[in-house]
Amino acid sequence: MEEKVKLLKDCRVLDFTNETAFLCGKILGDLGADVVKVEKPGGDESRNLGSFFQDIPHPEKNLYWFSYNHNKRGITLNIETETGREILRKLVENTDIVLETFAPGYLEKSGLGYAALSEINPKLVMTSVTPFGQSGPYKDYKGSDLVLTAMSGLMSSLGDRDKPPIRTTLPQSYMWIGMHAAMGTLMAYYHRGRTGEGQHVDVSGQAGVIWALNHSPSFYDLNKEVPRREGSYITGRSITGAIFRAVYPCQDGYVTFVIYGGPAGKRTNRRLVEWMDSKGMAPDDLKNKDWDKFDIAAVAQEEVDRIEDACMKFFTTVTKKEFFEHVLENDMLGYPVATAKEILEDEQLKARGLWREVEHEGLGTKITYPAFSTVFSSIACDFWRRAPLIGEHNREVYGEIGLNDSDILRLKRANVI
Amino acid sequence: MMETARQVFEGIKVAEFAAVAAGPAIGKHMADHGACVVHVESHERPDGFRLNYPPYKDNKYGLNRAGSFAICNNNKYDVTIDLKAKEGVDRALELIEWADVVIENFTPGTIKKLGIGYEEMKRVNPRIILFSTCNQGQTGPHANHPGFGSHLSSLCGFTYVTGYPDRLPCILGPYVDFIAVGYGVIAVTAALEHRRRTGEGQWIDLAQYETGVQFMIPALLEYGTNHRVVEREGNRHPFAVPHNTYRCKGDDRWCAISVFNDEEWKALCECMGREELISDPRFKTIPARKKHEDDVDREVGNWTAQLTAEEVFKKLQENGVKAGIVQTLADLFADPQLKHRGFWTPLDHPEIGRCHAEGPPFALSKTPFKIDRPAPMIGEHNELVFKTFLTAGKKEKD
Repeated sequence: MEEKVKLLKDCRVLDFTNETAFLCGKILGDLGADVVKVEKPGGDESRNLGSFFQDIPHPEKNLYWFSYNHNKRGITLNIETETGREILRKLVENTDIVLETFAPGYLEKSGLGYAALSEINPKLVMTSVTPFGQSGPYKDYKGSDLVLTAMSGLMSSLGDRDKPPIRTTLPQSYMWIGMHAAMGTLMAYYHRGRTGEGQHVDVSGQAGVIWALNHSPSFYDLNKEVPRREGSYITGRSITGAIFRAVYPCQDGYVTFVIYGGPAGKRTNRRLVEWMDSKGMAPDDLKNKDWDKFDIAAVAQEEVDRIEDACMKFFTTVTKKEFFEHVLENDMLGYPVATAKEILEDEQLKARGLWREVEHEGLGTKITYPAFSTVFSSIACDFWRRAPLIGEHNREVYGEIGLNDSDILRLKRANVI
Repeated sequence: MMETARQVFEGIKVAEFAAVAAGPAIGKHMADHGACVVHVESHERPDGFRLNYPPYKDNKYGLNRAGSFAICNNNKYDVTIDLKAKEGVDRALELIEWADVVIENFTPGTIKKLGIGYEEMKRVNPRIILFSTCNQGQTGPHANHPGFGSHLSSLCGFTYVTGYPDRLPCILGPYVDFIAVGYGVIAVTAALEHRRRTGEGQWIDLAQYETGVQFMIPALLEYGTNHRVVEREGNRHPFAVPHNTYRCKGDDRWCAISVFNDEEWKALCECMGREELISDPRFKTIPARKKHEDDVDREVGNWTAQLTAEEVFKKLQENGVKAGIVQTLADLFADPQLKHRGFWTPLDHPEIGRCHAEGPPFALSKTPFKIDRPAPMIGEHNELVFKTFLTAGKKEKD
């Protein structure tokens, strides 16, 4: 087999993002781009967010930073100074993509907006990520994971009915935003390859998270239905309004099983009853049920509840592992409710070679990361380098624009880098 | 020679042997940006979103009345091909010969069994980009295991970290599907760029599971380095207080408020007309607020209960506090910011009537998206695609 290529190896990215869009540059880095993460002198504030290696709060031990800034080099630069801005303009001459998350208007005021930078480099692709976009009534409003989960509509369907709506505890909106920013950026970069034309990509965080709602906007759009939060239940699968349990307690945790229709759902239902029966736990009405006639889109709540009662009793007798093995062997739909531990131990992911042990020499340890998001036959998508230390590549990167060690020292003393 | 495309995927032809969300939504993004996308299904086996997946317009079932199909397939052409019949396979291969990209989301091995595997595709079209997306990937011991997004969201770890610590986890629905859609568009675009540079097509194997894992990396590192499983904690945050949703005036109306530092806390107290809370020793510092979080929640909740969610949102945002409305779907369709961005495009569908397509989450300044056709009826474009598109495609090649 031919060796896979680093698709974006000749693509230079300057990454001025904060924690809301780290994933964007990482995705370009996964595909081989030379992504240079730019921090303030002393390091990004985001290095203080989230948890730390061995619980030691230290900017070089931040796990969120490690998670989404690998495959990047790192430099420090203070664009609040005129010298810093000059250096940025110099870097932009040989940059293909700029990523940034400043408040709308900030870069323009500093003379570093898209219009100014594209004069230096007309082929530049510049991606600006903000909570609500570059223009419009909410453009100056601030976001957080909680706020964006709320404003996107995702939160309205999360949580128990008798409790306040919730977010996912592990912040998710920044992943959606970063991924969608990478999508828009790569599309603009592809267009540039075809036509020579650069452009500005304006990413709205709110809109980025709305895509997490999958097809549900159509419930309101077509029928003015407003789905509400139903905890462990799936809504919108039956025109009767029936809801379906999707989380069951089992012996050592939880499993996800859902009564479904369609060929796979019917097969699953039938085999579950057989499994129950093998342990003497299948009620007669389930044993006699004609699953071929079962119509998920028209089933009433009463019938669903009866089936789910039997499932509830049955699943408390099995472990997550037994459940997982059984669904795999019998081609049934369903999975255990996994934690990070089980993901790291999963046989499939191991067999696919997903994990990479990466040396963190400063910590004296190796940390395990997923190496890729996608397997290509010709493009390498991989883990190339751990996240940078503060200013780790100043010499390398500034050397490329002709600055020597004494220049770098002088700039450091002047708080420019 | 440089091309002059006005949309990113102008001139790119996509054949979609895919159903429900994880494949077709990729084609939708591409169609919104100018690709010519043909969605393939059959009368014997229509797209699952048409067949057994509400909502249906006015709750009346019909193959051309499904909202979930409509939202994933605007701006596409639709043909019916029976892949179980020899003539069907021949026709599919003609379409593959015409296409630049094939998107498929069958269970691994199925397209090969049907006679349209990657080798057969390459035979009729050596430059083809085949994009395969499935639950667990094309290889490995669980490759053939089928699943829907709702199940996979649990395997990926999202379910476990959503909910309250003393209750069952909450389900996110088919959450992972659209993570795989985002990574899918990225992968296809990368493959097109590779082909633009080298002339070479390729096969992409996207496991939806693995794309979901990308959104879980901090939890994996937390376990890997600190041996700690991230638990669900409602809306609680390690150091932001208040960080919760609060009831507002109206029926099940809520706002979200997140305060990360003393400055924001001060602004919040001022907005609430409760300046005395700023110097209250229970709330003076982040650790103090964290310790008295229930008291903070009570004070904030007492204030928000007197206002609408919109009033809380505006008042706090105008004063620099990160706040939001827990928007329902109804709110999203009336959201002034989304209106400003043209996020919902009105379309008139022959059976559904007026409906809306969802725009991309980004705006490209020089090559904007364009949504101008509703999702197709089943088999609507058989004649157009098989007679006009394929004939024109053949002529182009000759």
